[in-house]
Amino acid sequence: MTTTPPTQDLDHSAADLLPPDPTQPQGQLPRTAPLIVGVAAVAAGALVGLILGSGLAVMVVLAWAVYAVAYPTWSAAVENRRKATDRLVTVLVWTAFGLAMIPLVSLILTVVIKGSRAISWHFLTSDQTGRALIEGTGGIFHALVGSMMVTVIAAVIAIPIGVLTAVWLVEYGKGSRLASVITFLVDVMTGIPSIVAGLFALAFFQIVLSDPLPRLAIGGGVALSLLMIPTVIRSVEEMLKLVPDDLREASYALGVPKWRTIVKVVLPTAVAGIVTGVTLSIARVAGETAPLLLIVGTAYTTNWNPFDGALATLPTFIYSALARTGNPQYGAAWSDQVWGAALVLIVIVMTLNVVARVIGAVFAPKAGR
Amino acid sequence: MTVIPDEPTTQEVAAHRVGDAIFRRTALVASLLVIVFLAGVGIFLLIKGLPAIGADPENFQDHANVFSLVGALLFGTVLAAVVAMAIVTPLAIGLGLVISHYAPRRLAKPVGFLVDLLAAVPSVVFGLWGIFVLAPYLKPVHVWLVDYLGWIPLFDGPASATARTLFTAAIVLALMALPIVTAIMREIFAQTPRAHEEAALALGATRWEMIRMAVLPYARSGMVAALLLGLGRALGETMAVAMVLSATGVIVSWDIVSSENSNTIAAFIAQGYKEASPIKVSILIFAGLALFLLTFVVNFLGRWIASRGVVKG
Repeated sequence: MTTTPPTQDLDHSAADLLPPDPTQPQGQLPRTAPLIVGVAAVAAGALVGLILGSGLAVMVVLAWAVYAVAYPTWSAAVENRRKATDRLVTVLVWTAFGLAMIPLVSLILTVVIKGSRAISWHFLTSDQTGRALIEGTGGIFHALVGSMMVTVIAAVIAIPIGVLTAVWLVEYGKGSRLASVITFLVDVMTGIPSIVAGLFALAFFQIVLSDPLPRLAIGGGVALSLLMIPTVIRSVEEMLKLVPDDLREASYALGVPKWRTIVKVVLPTAVAGIVTGVTLSIARVAGETAPLLLIVGTAYTTNWNPFDGALATLPTFIYSALARTGNPQYGAAWSDQVWGAALVLIVIVMTLNVVARVIGAVFAPKAGR
Repeated sequence: MTVIPDEPTTQEVAAHRVGDAIFRRTALVASLLVIVFLAGVGIFLLIKGLPAIGADPENFQDHANVFSLVGALLFGTVLAAVVAMAIVTPLAIGLGLVISHYAPRRLAKPVGFLVDLLAAVPSVVFGLWGIFVLAPYLKPVHVWLVDYLGWIPLFDGPASATARTLFTAAIVLALMALPIVTAIMREIFAQTPRAHEEAALALGATRWEMIRMAVLPYARSGMVAALLLGLGRALGETMAVAMVLSATGVIVSWDIVSSENSNTIAAFIAQGYKEASPIKVSILIFAGLALFLLTFVVNFLGRWIASRGVVKG
């Protein structure tokens, strides 16, 4: 007795009983529909653009408009309104992506193309002493030295304070009143506009040195450290929270005191994430301009003394050299200088970023172990 | 024969405790330094900034007193930041959705990385790009805006010939605020409970309907918080405006496409970086205080809304 029940017949009769579904799509667009409409839109845009004799930008906009109208319309005709809306939103969402990427690509291309003209050994190893200051034939050595000096000072101030504060917040202060006050203040610090950090350094050193116009690398370091501390605290805190409590407890169980547990167990476990966070914060302040204008000013020769005297950094060099690009005779040379410095700055910052992310990705503790 | 180690002596335990005490104190001092640092910012800015209130009127560039001057600058700051956020909002929502829901899994990560790269570009390079690449492209846009939308006070005109206007500056500002807003939005979109999304899809919703009914309501407070944090960033951003605007005076004007623009606080301070006269510096610092307060309020609102959303969600 192994007769199979007549399931097919049953299903069939059940389907017949249901009323027709009004939202059921009548048909469906072929899978290649976006491609077909895309090609047609590009063709239409190019054709109209050629007839009107307009530039590439107008053609692209036209092609986009044709696509954004035609694709949902076709969908509405073949499928239904809901599917058409869905497809329209998809187009809009990807448009937002495209709009955001155009500036990034354009910016990087511009800087690389215009900047690579200026790059040479001479450009990297000489400053703007003597006639170079007029003719724009010098280099950016002084700015590289200045940037390095200010960033190192900022890191020396910010990293110990940041790491220790994060350790205190996670390991000691958890849940205490003071910890929530400090967490709030770190939030406030995150929001300090960079120019206000520069103003603080200016006001501080005006009072301490009683000099109406203080210019010194230490001041720049103080201003930048103010911007660095909250980002360091935030990232280290996040990393320390990820360290499993099992590790701490295992260490305590072996009789290791708390501070040695933190130094030998907790911090090494989180070190990849900490290095990533710190490197990202260095990358962020290395590109800061506004606070440095206020406290280190501008200079055209190399200044090795961090305690006295104005010095140039890459961003402030770009800003101050920009004023010279209007010179009728030497403007072009200065323009090359500006873009060259911008290229070097971008390469430094991007390298720091990529290095930070690679460290974070390669050395990250494997999840679920 | 196994040797059972002796109990640590009291002295050893005490030594541990001393080490602990020192380490704990050091960490605590570092945390307290954060408070000192922030208090220092407030105190030194107040000491140097307050003399600006009683300064001679001749220092205020045709304004009666320091409040009127800073008020005019505040207006420009808020105007530029709001225009920037009007551009950022749709872009960031779209970009966040691309990364969290639209892009194929393999593409989502590189796309997120590209957005992070945008965040890494130094502001001074953004300024350069704004002047030399973006502004020339925007010249016809300025003319078009004045011709067709001139009835809106923002686009009153006449169109600037160089396109180095608050409008151009606001677009650069928008690009700089975009990564931070997008980063938060994509996190929030990705946190939507899968069950909500799958329930919507199971009921036959299209992808957009699923996003409108499951993702966006869930993410609403987070989106507002993200936008406020982006606004805080745009308010405090200096170089883009200082470089793109060739502003000189401090005026109040709704017009963002003519060559006479409102200036922002941050740009005003940066442009005055060579000032040596004590009273002018204290005017700059007073303006900086106003900016600090403004960004503090905006950031605070943002975090408050974010935390409220977490409790509710």
